[in-house]
Amino acid sequence: MIWQDVCGVDDLQPNSGVCALVDQQQVAIFYLPANNQCYAINNFDPFGHANVLSRGLIGDINGQPVVASPLYKQHFNLQTGVCLEDETVKIPVYGIRINNNRVEVNVQESGNEL
Amino acid sequence: MTTKKTLVVIGNGMVGQSFLASLVASPLKDEYTIVTFCEEPRAAYDRVHLSEFFSGKTAEDLSMVEPGFFEQHGITIHIGDKAATIDRQAKTLVSEKGVSIAYDKLVFATGSYPFVPPVPGHDRPQCLVYRTIEDLEAMAAAAKTGKIGTVIGGGLLGLEAAKALKDLGLTTHVVQFAPRLMEMQMDDAGGAMLRRKIEELGITVHTGKNTIDISDGVDCINKLVFADGDELETDLVLFSAGIRPRDELARDCALKVGARGGIVIDNQCKTSDPDIYAIGECALWNDKIFGLVAPGYAMARTVVADLAGEAASFTGADMSTKLKLMGVDVASIGDVHAKSQGALVYSYQNGDNGIYKRLVVSQDKKQLLGAVLVGDNSGYGTLLQYCLNGIELPENPDALILPHRSDESVGLGVDALPASAQICSCYDVTKGAICSAIEAGCTSIGALKSETKAATGCGGCSALLKSVMDCELARQGFEVNTDLCEHFAYTRQDLYNLMLVGEIKTFADFLAKHGKGHGCEICKPTIGNILASYWNEHILEPSHLGLQDTNDTFLANMQKDGTYSVVPRITGGEISPDMLIALGQVGKKYKLYTKITGGQRVDLFGARVDQLPHIWKELIDAGFESGHAYGKSLRTVKSCVGSTWCRYGVDDSVGLAIELENRYKGLRSPHKIKFAVSGCTRECAEAQGKDVGIIATENGWNLYVCGNGGMKPRHADLFATGLDKDTLIKYIDRFLSFYVRTAGRLQRTSVWMENMEGGLDYLKSVVIHDKLGLCEQLEQQMQHVIDTYQCEWKTTIEDESKLKRFRHFINSDQQDDNVVFVEERGQIRPADDNERKHFKLLEVA
Repeated sequence: MIWQDVCGVDDLQPNSGVCALVDQQQVAIFYLPANNQCYAINNFDPFGHANVLSRGLIGDINGQPVVASPLYKQHFNLQTGVCLEDETVKIPVYGIRINNNRVEVNVQESGNEL
Repeated sequence: MTTKKTLVVIGNGMVGQSFLASLVASPLKDEYTIVTFCEEPRAAYDRVHLSEFFSGKTAEDLSMVEPGFFEQHGITIHIGDKAATIDRQAKTLVSEKGVSIAYDKLVFATGSYPFVPPVPGHDRPQCLVYRTIEDLEAMAAAAKTGKIGTVIGGGLLGLEAAKALKDLGLTTHVVQFAPRLMEMQMDDAGGAMLRRKIEELGITVHTGKNTIDISDGVDCINKLVFADGDELETDLVLFSAGIRPRDELARDCALKVGARGGIVIDNQCKTSDPDIYAIGECALWNDKIFGLVAPGYAMARTVVADLAGEAASFTGADMSTKLKLMGVDVASIGDVHAKSQGALVYSYQNGDNGIYKRLVVSQDKKQLLGAVLVGDNSGYGTLLQYCLNGIELPENPDALILPHRSDESVGLGVDALPASAQICSCYDVTKGAICSAIEAGCTSIGALKSETKAATGCGGCSALLKSVMDCELARQGFEVNTDLCEHFAYTRQDLYNLMLVGEIKTFADFLAKHGKGHGCEICKPTIGNILASYWNEHILEPSHLGLQDTNDTFLANMQKDGTYSVVPRITGGEISPDMLIALGQVGKKYKLYTKITGGQRVDLFGARVDQLPHIWKELIDAGFESGHAYGKSLRTVKSCVGSTWCRYGVDDSVGLAIELENRYKGLRSPHKIKFAVSGCTRECAEAQGKDVGIIATENGWNLYVCGNGGMKPRHADLFATGLDKDTLIKYIDRFLSFYVRTAGRLQRTSVWMENMEGGLDYLKSVVIHDKLGLCEQLEQQMQHVIDTYQCEWKTTIEDESKLKRFRHFINSDQQDDNVVFVEERGQIRPADDNERKHFKLLEVA
């Protein structure tokens, strides 16, 4: 089983993030209700060495959807995981979809096709 | 081995101190052992602002010496001792207290003394002068028993002294020998306008009065008798009839002095002995004594340059002055009396507003020779530049003083000024120096002030400095982008106004009406903050939640490992043993690291996100509420124990601190705000290092504003004195609301005020005198915030839907296994990377 059920859509925080545990991996899930969009990335901040990215502010920089680390404010592209301030740093990105009002994550597949 | 030479400075007044500061900033400091004598019981202080001693400033406030200055630079200062004899052949000096020194170079900075006319009775009781802090103390003592005070002398200093008498609560008279006030700087019409304005303040002015005798009064201690037979009863008599150079020591050692006093100096400020210099008010250059500080400072710089072997000359000084006398604008430039050959005069008088302006122009109408301004100084900077730089006047010179009814600007374009034009006369900063600083990256008034010192003396040039900066930024092609971010092409102030006008209550509405894209970590918290500061809705409401910055999102302060610290409010730092025990029990139960903060409260560290609501439930049950340590908001009101317990306390600082903290708690602002209240001038609460500082005095509360600690500490400015509590609170309401409305993003009160055109005076005019007619609105705005206060934590734990977020995993009760603590000094701390690896190995094994 690749796609795993995580929670209901109601459990997500609109325009903000939550963290889910999937296969012992910490997954940060961000939800933008305006265009029914979800993003899933690893929750670990490679600069601050802490599991905090789900608590970062989300937004867009030059058209790319990003989360800003709550610790030191580096930006990570939510689609590719690449850090905008240091392109050699890339965090894992996971598949995520909404199925019958349930949120499903695929930690083996990178990219997020909805 | 090279032995150091010895340099002795006689006198530690403003000019002597300025000389020392210039000297130690130059390479010369390594060549000389520096010794200075200071006759007064304290090192140099600001005599120019002496009258502020009576509006609340202390001797320390007036000090011109950075703490530790003498020690740091290895200068020996003999305080309370003066040079008594000099042997120029042996090059030795002996002080009154017997200190004997051999000097290589000697600098006279002995200053001047107030001239007391030899009127019979001039040495009677309560006949005083106005120059030192001791003189002021004598005045204050005399004022306690007297009701009427009279200044003899209506010049610039005399009027300053009159203000001091007025501040002491005396019925005040000014007696002037000349037919008008400030006869040197004013023409007849200007003097008359000035007289009218001074009299409107309740001071009686007598001109053309020659005092011939002082004797016993009937109702008062003294009686002045004038040559025309009139008499005036007065308790206190204050002589302000000019100054005389302190040249007695120079005379004793046979240095050349002028016929009417003053140590004769050349263009290098050398006296008749090439190893001895004289600077400031004791020096006579070209048969002139300069009674202002700026020329004294220029002489000090000349001597430093000359000692260093550089070619430097003192070439005289412009004696133009601009000042506010008791709130009345007065300025004079150059040849005010039109004594120059063929000079033409233009004047403008507005009896209604009490404004008088006079221009003195050369015969060909091309050069400005002089000017007088009363009641409106706004044109001073422009006129002074015309005069000093010989800039050609516009075709109709009177346009410079006539009121303009439209937006047309007749001011001098700063573009026209040469690079050598002096912008700041106190610190001799030229336009060229300012432009270089801008080129080097100083693009704000605050940055320019700290880099060049321009506008940090008397402050008279600040408007001009701003124009130079704006003009130069434009010329250097700086595009000053003030957009908040790529989503909003507005400043924080713009957004605040847009919110007011459009009654906008959500970020989504803001974005739809004025922004683009989805927002970012700059605009979201900024707008979240603006909305909270005005509407004051709970910041975790669904429409606001996604806007909050790291700490606000979970109403706690995130630490490096992703755990949080918790700070309950302890108003005024007052806490009962029971509350302290409750706090300790919570810390113990959740195994939190505890530390006392600088704001007199307790910080509990190491709380996991899922523990926060439990911790707060217990804290709230024990009677605590949110301390807002996570927000850009009012943090603490620190206090000393005050008159309730302290032997020295003048008023109840704790009581006031608690009242203020309860009033303003929860207020969201552009940056964090800290207050403190001290119960007396010993200032144990360190109120002068806070955004709002209050100090109790016998006359009421003194209010200080715009100080801060942190990376760039700033001493707060005295804002108002002797306030009762209601007035104090009214001013603070207005001050805070105005700050919240008009400050930039993350701008603390200090930077906000420094960048404000007009600075402290402008702020006073808005808050105290309601210049903008905004005060009522500002007070209402504050009242709304006060009325809608809620403890954000109490509301949160009572709302199930808000609590859902307070867990690490949305789908599991497991903890974050990356959070690991180790013990240190009996408490927890986050494990470092090495310890963490070790810990995991142990766990696996």
